[in-house]
Amino acid sequence: MKTTNILIVGVGGQGTLLTSRIIGTLALNSGYDVKMSEVHGMAQRGGSVVTHVRFGDRILSPLVEPGKADIILAFEKLEAYRWLPYLKKDGIMVVNDQEIDPMPVIVGASRYPDGLPEKISCRCGQFALIRALDIAEQIGNAKVVNTVLLGVLAKYLEASPEAWQKAIEETVPPKTIEINKSAFSKGYSTKQEIGKGKVHGGNVLEQSI
Amino acid sequence: MKKLMLGNEGVARGAYEAGVRVATAYPGTPSTEITETIAKYDEVYAEWSPNEKVAMETAIGASVGGARALVCMKHVGLNVAADPLFTVSYTGVNGGLVIVAADDPGMHSSQNEQDSRYYAKAAHIPMLEPSDSQEAKDFTKLAYAISEAYDTPVLIRMTTRVSHSQSVVTLEDRQEIGLKEYKRDFMKYVMMPGMARQRHLVVEKRSVELSKTADELSVNRMEIKDSFIGFVSSGIAYQYAREALPDASFLKLGMVHPLPRKRIEEFASKVKKLYVIEELEPVLEEEIKSWGISVIGKDLFSRQGELSAGVIEEKIKGTARLEDRTEELPGRPPVLCPGCPHRGAYYVMKRLKLNVVGDIGCYTLGALPPLSSVDTCVCMGASIGMALGMEKARGRNFAKKLVAVIGDSTFIHSGITGLIDVIYNKGISTVVILDNSTTGMTGHQDHPATGKTIKGEPAPVLDLFGLVRAIGIRHVQVVDPFDLKLAEKVLKEETEREEPSVIFFQRPCALLSRKSGIPCFINPDTCRVCGLCLNLGCPAIEKKENRIGINQLCNGCGLCQNLCRFHAIEGGNNRQ
Repeated sequence: MKTTNILIVGVGGQGTLLTSRIIGTLALNSGYDVKMSEVHGMAQRGGSVVTHVRFGDRILSPLVEPGKADIILAFEKLEAYRWLPYLKKDGIMVVNDQEIDPMPVIVGASRYPDGLPEKISCRCGQFALIRALDIAEQIGNAKVVNTVLLGVLAKYLEASPEAWQKAIEETVPPKTIEINKSAFSKGYSTKQEIGKGKVHGGNVLEQSI
Repeated sequence: MKKLMLGNEGVARGAYEAGVRVATAYPGTPSTEITETIAKYDEVYAEWSPNEKVAMETAIGASVGGARALVCMKHVGLNVAADPLFTVSYTGVNGGLVIVAADDPGMHSSQNEQDSRYYAKAAHIPMLEPSDSQEAKDFTKLAYAISEAYDTPVLIRMTTRVSHSQSVVTLEDRQEIGLKEYKRDFMKYVMMPGMARQRHLVVEKRSVELSKTADELSVNRMEIKDSFIGFVSSGIAYQYAREALPDASFLKLGMVHPLPRKRIEEFASKVKKLYVIEELEPVLEEEIKSWGISVIGKDLFSRQGELSAGVIEEKIKGTARLEDRTEELPGRPPVLCPGCPHRGAYYVMKRLKLNVVGDIGCYTLGALPPLSSVDTCVCMGASIGMALGMEKARGRNFAKKLVAVIGDSTFIHSGITGLIDVIYNKGISTVVILDNSTTGMTGHQDHPATGKTIKGEPAPVLDLFGLVRAIGIRHVQVVDPFDLKLAEKVLKEETEREEPSVIFFQRPCALLSRKSGIPCFINPDTCRVCGLCLNLGCPAIEKKENRIGINQLCNGCGLCQNLCRFHAIEGGNNRQ
């Protein structure tokens, strides 16, 4: 099997690590070789964070190279745009429709870029914009925004929903299994057509529930 | 059984399987998870030591006492532990002793990029370097075998991408190794000059034997494919190079000191063009060149930062990397968390225009805008000695506008001796201990003043007030850094005083209590958009389209409410 390269990007504290670990568990359960590179320490304090996930027959480097990611799952729009050069041509971009101002923007040294969904969608094969925070809050816990997004991502990978549920059970803290499973299901069943990115303009899919 | 594990978890598992009984460490990214993982095994005694030197000494004691022992630290921690390191090389071991140093190429979470392989060479200690989690486990077990067979401590070099990457590991059972007999042997363990001279000869002999062994070790592996290009590499650099050039020949080194000279010479004779791929310093390259073998290394690759498959491919094949970024994006540097107690402290220091000599921890982030308060950061514990040095250089009036700032865990690590220096040499320094009741930056490890061990058992609480008083500090004050008025008053009092003093800024780390809190919000009718609250640099306070708002990151700490002159900030944990 060809190696699958996934990048999970966001802001330190958003729960990107748990998401990547669920994908890793799923890939391991499916019999693949897996490597994931995580960020710990200083970069977790609200900084830009990225987790690389790679699986296939045999994985050497734990890092996804620029232009080689099959899928980028972005927890925040500016981070989606920042890591966009890592997406392969015609790659898939799943973006949480959330803006978190970085400190240079808060102190007025910099501006948060406008029109990011358009700028991103025109440079990817498929593009989905999800209001995952709303969905998570509807379930009753804003923290499961990561599993909601994982549910959306899951539709682009081959594994069955049952295999995903098993990977969630094996990875998340026992007390949070149920809420994470329902968050995953919500993400997975979110009715959406996948926006086809076009070179000019792009068709942005604004997904609300 | 197969499991996904961090490289650090691989080391811990390897030590567990090898029958390790004692594991010690001071936390430091990227090494911390090794000790956190091994602490979960009931069969292993584990501890957070006050610093790396003590951790090393405790592990040496365990080894001399007959147990297999493990000590872990980040690369700069090995500087702190270098004193015992160089001499335990002479004494050798009783139970196997493995020392893990985790380097941080690219400085994801460090103040420098030093290469620990030089320590192996300088201290004449063999060093293994794994390239994934399975090797981390296997090499740790091999390290114990080498340690006991050659009567030597063994170093394991990790790097961030091995420590913090997960890959598949096959688990095996623990091998119970009994305690070795404790034999008093002053010729071996008492390093006075007469004995040490004898032991140095033993070390020399051991190094020669280990060099021969290196030629036979299966972890130094030749992978012959293409006869034109060959690569000598180790650790994560090997994985990158293999990915970049799958058809090239490789000599993959598992032991990076001493080097397998015969095997390297043999490999060099099999290929036309030889490259050395290594991160940071040209350690392998320089030694191989010293044998008269021509290799290409740092002429092509930087000593700075990390390598990657893409970089290697680009340099070797001359292919250009794609870069399609056209727009300059706002950066996202790490920040003090919402509710962080340090924010109040730095806000007041900035208001008082104090010079701040900083230290190592989350609170180093106070150097960044808008707080922009910290003037220096060198190493663990440096703040207090540096404050005294500045006073001696520039005089007492300068010292009255100067504070040393240090965290509780860092103070215990290596700030205490600095404070003794202030007293002994008649300084007037004001030392601020930012006491957030934890080791924050590395992920909330306990320390001697938290009242808990690494295993979560209750422990005696180090009395920090009693300690600074015993050192000779007569003026000790305790302030909540969120009480901005009192903090300002106390800082003024103590900096103006012609005597040394310690101020404890006490408030627990915002991440310790995982409660979400009642968020604050801004009343648009009373907010005058003066922007004072934005000076706190809180990621929860944003200004958009000429209005200030509070976002969902807010945990209701209320610091901004204490600051607002118009009482425009409502909600929060304190006022409902």
